[in-house]
Amino acid sequence: MKAGALKRQLSQRTAFGLLITATIIAIVPVLVIALEIIGNGAGSISWDFLTQVPSQAGKSGGILPAIIGTFYLMLGTIIFALPLGVMAGIYLTEYAKDNWFTRSVNLSIVNLAGVPSIVYGLFGLGVFVLLFHFGMSLLSASLTLACQALAMTVTTAREAILTVPREYREGSLAIGATRWQTIRHVVLPQALPGIITGAVLAMSRAAGETAPILVVGAAFLLPGLPQSPFDQFMALPYHLYTVAAHVPGMPKSTIWGVALVLLIVVLSFNVLATFIRLKARQRRLNA
Amino acid sequence: MKMNSVLSNEKPIVQSQTKLKTGEVNLYYGSFQALRNISLEIPEHAITAIIGPSGCGKSSFLRLFNRMNDLITGVRVEGMVELDGIPIYDKNIDAVELRKRVGMVFQKPNPFPMSVFENVAFGPRRHGKRNLGELEDIVERSLHQAALWDEVKDKIGQSALALSGGQQQRLCIARVLAVEPEVILMDEPCSALDPVATLKIEDLMRSLAQEYSIVIVTHNMQQATRVSDMAAFLMMEEDRAGVLVEYGTTSEIFTNPKDKRTEDYITGRFG
Repeated sequence: MKAGALKRQLSQRTAFGLLITATIIAIVPVLVIALEIIGNGAGSISWDFLTQVPSQAGKSGGILPAIIGTFYLMLGTIIFALPLGVMAGIYLTEYAKDNWFTRSVNLSIVNLAGVPSIVYGLFGLGVFVLLFHFGMSLLSASLTLACQALAMTVTTAREAILTVPREYREGSLAIGATRWQTIRHVVLPQALPGIITGAVLAMSRAAGETAPILVVGAAFLLPGLPQSPFDQFMALPYHLYTVAAHVPGMPKSTIWGVALVLLIVVLSFNVLATFIRLKARQRRLNA
Repeated sequence: MKMNSVLSNEKPIVQSQTKLKTGEVNLYYGSFQALRNISLEIPEHAITAIIGPSGCGKSSFLRLFNRMNDLITGVRVEGMVELDGIPIYDKNIDAVELRKRVGMVFQKPNPFPMSVFENVAFGPRRHGKRNLGELEDIVERSLHQAALWDEVKDKIGQSALALSGGQQQRLCIARVLAVEPEVILMDEPCSALDPVATLKIEDLMRSLAQEYSIVIVTHNMQQATRVSDMAAFLMMEEDRAGVLVEYGTTSEIFTNPKDKRTEDYITGRFG
């Protein structure tokens, strides 16, 4: 009896030990990356670094055009991806009948998320840059990233709409509201936090993309900021790639500095998304 | 005492006009038949109770009258359903317009996560009322009618979800009244409420019955005897389709049922 109990306890401890070790190993790379980047990059962050245009192929000066370019890209992406995503999400949840068309749309959306990002880049090059003559530009890049973000905005909008209880819809329809009025005044306000969370995450992902923008308008070095949607632009991830891989004699601290700024932009948007989600959940629980 | 007041209603009911009427109605969900061959006439300005064991199709039957069944895919209605003699399943009938005339209160109180005011103003706003003064009048009148005004007049701008369950249900009734319907359908409106809140709703129903035609689905036999003027007893047949066993004034159904099955049910021998 006693030996059996001991054995059980031992295997219990072994299992626990293995699981906690795996968990720690899983977060180690993230911690190391974050600490490494902060440790090496913090020193090169200065007011000038954030507000000056680059000089000497990025070896000196700042990265303002890359920061602004990245924000423009995020904005451009969400302007196209959010309305389309929300409208498609509404259609799929509220109107679509379960038929072959809906099923193939759903299947496409799942697959959309799995397409390698460089393929989106080549698609953008073929369609927006060449076919539509938008050229290598902020507009082409925003549209390209928007296509990629659609999978996420449609999915999150659809999920957010599905979590709105049926009772609310029935209550609205039962007093003679139309289906659209019900969506507009009952469903969407409830689904909004979820939709916004998805949009913010899509923006943070767009900020980090390198491959797709490579071929549709990102420039290595520009003396100033883009003046119109048809201008070329700089972006943080592409800038990081070029200064790290293609400029000989680049000071290491500058590379870490660019990486840190990119990390801060992406992480702050992820934190914002989490914050919105928590706030919405709190509001639901308090109500 | 309550019982007597109900019984005293009997006479006017017999004379009053028919508000809703079904003729040999069959309802199917896909290949499953939920209701079979139901014919009855529901009088105006009275309370008609639909009683019967769980799953016999009471709710499905109730939802015939505001076409809420339409929202379920694969649903099919055969036979005749009339409001004031007009067939409501006719092609040229707009379900949205119908639901303005035939409101519904649900089993679980379902106020919208908005203020008390916005909940009641929701229907009138959707139907094009924009003037704030007019909306305020409608909200106050509807809350008075729903016997809720005194309890909420100081928190009209607060979230409706902060109200108690019974208050929420009366708010849902006020929300329906604000649209000025003719018929109010109630699907077990008290099943989620405590006995005190239940009595308040029942009193409210009696006062509303002066002006509105009310159809209530209930599990609670006492409730049916307390509030209703007419009672319909539905039951499942072998294939689980609901059929109408007996229909008549509440006093008849409960004191002198003609069908053995009705008697067994109301005396608690099954169900």
